[in-house]
Amino acid sequence: MHPAPSVIIFSTISGLGFGLMLFLGLGLPDVSGWVAATFATVALGLATIGLLASTFHLGNPKNAIYAFSQWQTSWLSREGIMAVLTLAVFFIYAALWAFMDNRIPMLGYLASAMAMVTVFTTSMIYAQLKTVPRWNTAVTPLLFLLYASAGGALLSNQMTVALVLLGLIIAFQAMAWLQGDTALERSGSSIESATGLGDLGKVRLLEKPHSGENYLLKEMVYVVGRKHAAKLRVLALVLVALLPALLILLTDVNHVIVAIIMLSHIIGLFAQRWLFFAQAEHVVGLYYDAR
Amino acid sequence: MTQLPTSTEKKLGLVIDLDTCVGCHACVISCKGWNTNEYGAPLSDMDAYGGDPSGTFLNRVHTFEAKQEGCASQTIHFPKSCLHCEDAPCVPVCPTGASYKREEDGIVLVNEDKCMGCGLCAWACPYGARELDEMAGVMKKCTLCVDRIYNENLPEEDRIPSCVRTCPAGARHFGDFADPESNVSKLVAERGGMDLMPEQGTKPVNKYLPPRPKADVNGTQAPALEAQSEEITGFLGWLDRTLEKI
Ligand code: SF4
Ligand code: SF4
Ligand code: SF4
Repeated sequence: MHPAPSVIIFSTISGLGFGLMLFLGLGLPDVSGWVAATFATVALGLATIGLLASTFHLGNPKNAIYAFSQWQTSWLSREGIMAVLTLAVFFIYAALWAFMDNRIPMLGYLASAMAMVTVFTTSMIYAQLKTVPRWNTAVTPLLFLLYASAGGALLSNQMTVALVLLGLIIAFQAMAWLQGDTALERSGSSIESATGLGDLGKVRLLEKPHSGENYLLKEMVYVVGRKHAAKLRVLALVLVALLPALLILLTDVNHVIVAIIMLSHIIGLFAQRWLFFAQAEHVVGLYYDAR
Repeated sequence: MTQLPTSTEKKLGLVIDLDTCVGCHACVISCKGWNTNEYGAPLSDMDAYGGDPSGTFLNRVHTFEAKQEGCASQTIHFPKSCLHCEDAPCVPVCPTGASYKREEDGIVLVNEDKCMGCGLCAWACPYGARELDEMAGVMKKCTLCVDRIYNENLPEEDRIPSCVRTCPAGARHFGDFADPESNVSKLVAERGGMDLMPEQGTKPVNKYLPPRPKADVNGTQAPALEAQSEEITGFLGWLDRTLEKI
């Protein structure tokens, strides 16, 4: 699948924002006044920037308002609705906390839960797709939730929790990659099932429908840069989890270290999300003898 | 509404005969022509006269080769357009309600006045039957020529999809699969019509007829002829016969 920058930015940055809301909703860190306001602004800012980025890949954004209508069947619609509701609830909670010095724990818990539900709805947009066997697994939502909450823990300075979450990320991400590499084969789809011609022997594409590119190839049969995938996987895990974890364990985490941790985590996150798209094989590729 | 109807009155769709298709791409062009002039936004081309042309098509013809060990290969031309699936995965994912499946005849359509061009429905379709038009920014797909099949302004013989009307080989057939007596249902029964990627659980309405078994595809080429020598006469003939005896 095509790793569109707008989608990568959307899902990573908004994930961090909602992850931070998770902890702020729980009253962590224990701050008030302007410090609380700053934390809340960062959370709202990240989530909003991410959501705005997601509109950049729409072909016809003037109809985006209708996207709130189909919550009964569509995960994308559910995500839009959840995101807006979460921003609203969190804004009220944070405003009372920072400016009235009146933190309402119940409202905070609600905002935390809604933030996680929002991340879950985002992940289900991908996990629901049977056409992309690598995504079509319960590990997809699990990883989205882990990445969002680990980022939130780092941003809100909850380093012990962050350590646990980063450890889980290493384990489940490695598992997702290993399983994902055979997902297409295991799905049972092949060029033979796609064409129904398996009875006649081994099938291959003799001629593409057109000599040029098309939307399907650009969007769903993206194979550029896959050859670097193995290296990039190692790099992603080191930057997103291993280096931050080691810095937490081995240093007295001061402001400079926190900045390094965040930088490393975010660059690693971009690499992970790029791989998530670039390595995902859509079954339509079978009609083009590609994967 | 993006909820799929539990059942549809009719199941309109196509039968595509892989035995008959000659790969001429006439259906591709007639589909492009009809749908550029009629339903919704025209099907745009990008860089049409330049070095890297591309464009929106609702119907494309692939060409495959099938080969069994030790046998000659077979060439199969393979037209592909929307299969108007019964369990169409492209419809429920649509956030705007632009995509829908009609209860009366099962045709899957996009309402371009609602589509925001997110592309998710194209991701959900296993067959590559939906393409986002780069110029209009809305999702395009085969309409089963809904603007022809019910169109009383057209002569009756033209009230079938453009691709079906055009095909010079008669490889595309249009009809109602809900009616067991229809032309398409009979073709499917007679010729073993099949689903594409049944494991995806989409229950396609369109069916494909497999190529008929070829008389001699398993014997590879005709056996080589034995070398024949003409009867040799004269001195050389005598020599040949004598040498044979030694
Ligand atoms: S072929 Fe693709 S676009 Fe057409 S109904 Fe099936 S899933 Fe939807
Ligand atoms: S591209 Fe249009 S029709 Fe397809 S899912 Fe998005 S809004 Fe719906
Ligand atoms: S039925 Fe109409 S829209 Fe569909 S492929 Fe044929 S010509 Fe194109």
